[in-house]
Amino acid sequence: MNYWQEAINLLVGGNSDVWAIIILSLQVSGVALLISAIIGVPLGSLIGLHTFPGRQLVIAIVYTGMGFPPVVIGLAVFLLLSRSGPLGFLGWLFTPSAMVLAQVILALPLVIGFTMSAVLAVDPALRTQIRALGASPTQTTLAMLWEARVGVLVALIAGFGGIISEVGAVMLVGGNIQGSTRVLTTAIVLETRKGAFDVAIALALVLLGITFVINLALLQLQGTLLKAKQ
Amino acid sequence: MNTESIYQLEAIQQRYGERLVLDIPSLQIERGELLALVGPSGAGKSTLLRILNFLETPTQGQLRFAGHTLGSRVPLELQRRVTTVFQRPALLSGSVLDNVAYGLRLRRHPQVRERAREALAAVGLGHLARAAAHTLSGGEAQRVALARALVITPDVLLLDEPTANLDPANVAAIERTVAEAHRRGTTIMLVTHNIFQARRLAQRVALMLDGRIIELAPTETFFETPHDPRTTAFIKGDMLY
Repeated sequence: MNYWQEAINLLVGGNSDVWAIIILSLQVSGVALLISAIIGVPLGSLIGLHTFPGRQLVIAIVYTGMGFPPVVIGLAVFLLLSRSGPLGFLGWLFTPSAMVLAQVILALPLVIGFTMSAVLAVDPALRTQIRALGASPTQTTLAMLWEARVGVLVALIAGFGGIISEVGAVMLVGGNIQGSTRVLTTAIVLETRKGAFDVAIALALVLLGITFVINLALLQLQGTLLKAKQ
Repeated sequence: MNTESIYQLEAIQQRYGERLVLDIPSLQIERGELLALVGPSGAGKSTLLRILNFLETPTQGQLRFAGHTLGSRVPLELQRRVTTVFQRPALLSGSVLDNVAYGLRLRRHPQVRERAREALAAVGLGHLARAAAHTLSGGEAQRVALARALVITPDVLLLDEPTANLDPANVAAIERTVAEAHRRGTTIMLVTHNIFQARRLAQRVALMLDGRIIELAPTETFFETPHDPRTTAFIKGDMLY
């Protein structure tokens, strides 16, 4: 009960450090999800709807990416952005940009994979009919995405769930710097290590609450879309 | 070369792997005619329709449409002059009116809703405009599919067994609409298993077997004095399929 009280005190009491952590978590994961959606949804529909040489290989890579250990992605991004790495000149290491990059790499396979499954689940006869009605290739893809919209939303939920709760990659490439790259997950790790369990649990509750509220909102949207689909 | 032909097919072959599914040395489809295509399942009728709607590219041969010789990439403006109603109506999610309006929206038509409502009324389903498409019966869905095809005023309407498994009332409604479209000048190719329907609607009838057209004649000739004994067997119902 104390932990709940502590969590409420941290939030309502206007603890600026805690709010900064919450806002940064949402910013980093939100931007990463947006980028993943912009790249992943078209790519997922492209892979799902078209045949091309090497398609099976691409699908295998996407599926592998869906289960990739975040800490390995963190290590790869760390090496990429480190001073001697190929993208070292960007100066992104230990900044939110590095965290966004790592989270995009984590979320992208999830968004692509689930979008692909969603468009594949739409009746192929409908696609033929859409083409027969005079839709251009782009119009056909858009119509199929609209028909698969509930599944595409699941793709985004899966992508967001995968990155908001992730700790290994953001810890490695962000460095958990107070006021700069500290997010909820890395703050929880730090507070636990310090023995400040009440703060750690309070932050964990906040993280759970945020994830729950966002999923609830997305489910609400999914319900609306399901209704629209009938 | 007949300048009135909307389609001219020369030496068209379609192969799926090694299997030859369509082999048409020559076929002209006249502008404004209603041609019925009959024959057993697997005879290549649907494959021919898919080629005529540019949904498949033949592996061999030359396809001319409206004076254009077509390759594997058919310009969108030509594609949009042809449409198909399939045996199983595939409707988009959303309302009945959304479905009928779809082709008009693709073409950025200035009066989408008005035209869609008129087309829906023409198939006797104006009262279902706001209904969800998935709530329709099979016959209603097929009539919506027909309205959706006709609202875009195609030059060519391809019908792939549009009344299979429908009750007589829906069959009659669809036949009325098809006949009306034909009167307005739409070129129609009707694939049907129902030879009585072919006789009622078509000006010419073709019998397909094993990917080939074995007889093509004016309706009266096809049914009264067919040349090929297989046509006679088909008409008499002796050909089992």
